[in-house]
Amino acid sequence: MKLNAPLALAGAVAMTAASFAQAETLTIATVNNGDMIRMQGLTADFTEKTGHEVEWVTLEENVLRQRVTTDITTKGGSFDIMTIGMYETPIWAKNGWLVPMDNLSAEYNADDILPAMRNGLSYEGTMYAAPFYGESSMVMYRTDLMEKAGMEMPTAPTWEFIRDAAAAMTDRDNEINGICLRGKAGWGEGGAVITAMSNSFGARWFDENWNPQFDSEQWANTLNFYKGMMDASGPSGYATNGFNENLSLFQQGKCGMWIDATVAASFVTNPNDSTVADSVGFALAPDNGLGKRSNWLWAWALAIPAGTQKQEAAQQFIEWATGTDYIELVAANEGWANVPPGARTSLYENPNYKEVPFAQMTLDSILSADPTNPTVDPVPYVGVQFAAIPEFAGIATDVSQEFSAAYAGQQTVEEALAKAQAITNDAMEAAGYK
Amino acid sequence: MARSITNNRKALNTAIAWTIGLLIFFPILWTILTSFKTEAQAIADPPIFLFFDWTLENYAVVQERSNYTRFLMNSIIIAGGSTLLGVIIAVPAAWSMAFVPSNRTKDILLWMLSTKMLPAVGVLYPIYLIFIKMGLLDSRIGLTVILMLINLPIIVWMLYTYFREIPGEILEAARMDGASLRDEILYVLTPMAIPGIASTLLLNFILAWNEAFWTLNLTAAKAAPLTAFIASYSSPEGLFYAKLSAASTMAIAPILILGWFSQKQLVRGLTFGAVK
Repeated sequence: MKLNAPLALAGAVAMTAASFAQAETLTIATVNNGDMIRMQGLTADFTEKTGHEVEWVTLEENVLRQRVTTDITTKGGSFDIMTIGMYETPIWAKNGWLVPMDNLSAEYNADDILPAMRNGLSYEGTMYAAPFYGESSMVMYRTDLMEKAGMEMPTAPTWEFIRDAAAAMTDRDNEINGICLRGKAGWGEGGAVITAMSNSFGARWFDENWNPQFDSEQWANTLNFYKGMMDASGPSGYATNGFNENLSLFQQGKCGMWIDATVAASFVTNPNDSTVADSVGFALAPDNGLGKRSNWLWAWALAIPAGTQKQEAAQQFIEWATGTDYIELVAANEGWANVPPGARTSLYENPNYKEVPFAQMTLDSILSADPTNPTVDPVPYVGVQFAAIPEFAGIATDVSQEFSAAYAGQQTVEEALAKAQAITNDAMEAAGYK
Repeated sequence: MARSITNNRKALNTAIAWTIGLLIFFPILWTILTSFKTEAQAIADPPIFLFFDWTLENYAVVQERSNYTRFLMNSIIIAGGSTLLGVIIAVPAAWSMAFVPSNRTKDILLWMLSTKMLPAVGVLYPIYLIFIKMGLLDSRIGLTVILMLINLPIIVWMLYTYFREIPGEILEAARMDGASLRDEILYVLTPMAIPGIASTLLLNFILAWNEAFWTLNLTAAKAAPLTAFIASYSSPEGLFYAKLSAASTMAIAPILILGWFSQKQLVRGLTFGAVK
């Protein structure tokens, strides 16, 4: 069959006109980090493909959380897409605030999403947010200092090894601290590290009846071990150090080891920013032989608030931003080391990505975290470094403040744990869990 | 001898004033300096003060990433609009309190001020819901009104203080000459209180310019002012201090320049009536 050229042209014009007649302007709330900023820079590709424009509202993580929570609880409709994490997703989905992701196209290949990420972003088996990137935590260490200390980092170290290696690598005269860990108050800062660490010591936030467990021996062991190791081999003022402070110390060659988010690997191996880029090794987060490691699981994901009028365009954007084509687009523009990690299985099967030095360890770390079964003893909550209940953020922030005060020497570990137990007990009673 | 002591005291006072001035200005100076460093230099330990390779890269990145002009225009409109609207409402209010006081004037003044004692977050949800109902979310009008309301107690208090310094007899004389209330306020009171009104305008413009709670919580993409512009460069996971400093410098530059050129009026207004 021969196509009539003017007819074909008219058809094409009509199709273009139809698609642009439905063109929307999407407002997207997001966090300020390297991967998200990169996505903003590549949005023209989405506009070119769909005709939809995008307006970004970029905010600091905690400001964003407050902002989107206010909007979604009041059905404000300010945003068509929100960037949320694993903590918010199941809680908001339960409240009916999010559009379920059960209508994704076949090309999107939702089955390619890493199961750990999919489970963490689901409620009652339905996914409510699509992971843009995922992360766990792992050990990043200086290979040269480890060698100088006469030690060899195992792929899966124990906490005992980490403590001994930290002591051996510490060189106060040359301002080298054996280990850097977050101590800063905040449930997503020091709170995340100590909760993930406590899992490997056999501790848990609550028993199966929502009774707080800070009076347990396991929590005392966790805190005493942390404080003992950090006092001996950590940087001064570690009680107020968060991700950025430790990143800065590591990049300047002042940390022998740093246990933190896997996304940090691309920062510490970037020669433009890091003075130790060529001597960084990776290992799984430590354990204590109890069957649980101390790594967390997190994803920044894109979700559609139930109040939006632009659901179709929003889903198109999410499929574009979290799909496999986007990964290829980033790789072509910025290189494979800069693609958003931790979300899709196919990425880790890609031979180009396999050459990235931290790729396999990131995947192994993600796969070893189980948000539905995070602790040695059973718990009634989902989440590795958090418990996915609405009250957790407030309680954990208060508890982490008590822990930070103990790190800073303002109170003893026993006092901090007693206060944590009382704070959590009161809050859980007030919330009707007990 | 006496002159030497006076000179020494003058020199000492000058030195103390400069030291205090520099201490107060230091955070701003450090922010400006950091904006010209690379991210690695920004976090260097020990910190680098002046001797580094100055770069404009951060400004280029910020310009490329954000629509600075839109944020700037929003700031000018919102801060300017709320200040002007506030003064228009506050002048008659302060006039009546200063020249026609009642038994309850002081109570009203204190009550107005007491609204500033309420933490803003305490009324976030009610205000947010009102804004949704009225379609004011992410609008410049909505923000202008809310910032005007927030700063109104301060504007009324400041104008009331200035007006109290103006002898009531002058207004009486104007009235005897047949001036109406409008004429009295417009042609007698206002010209005499211009330093006070100018400093009130300036101070409230600065307050509205820097207001970050409501401007972050009630805006999204369209009406977001420079406070949202700065907030978009803050990150707990990633070192963007140099870029954040560049964004901060761009956000405070207009208000710094305005303050520099109007410092005489500002100081005159703020010290108006301080010494009798």
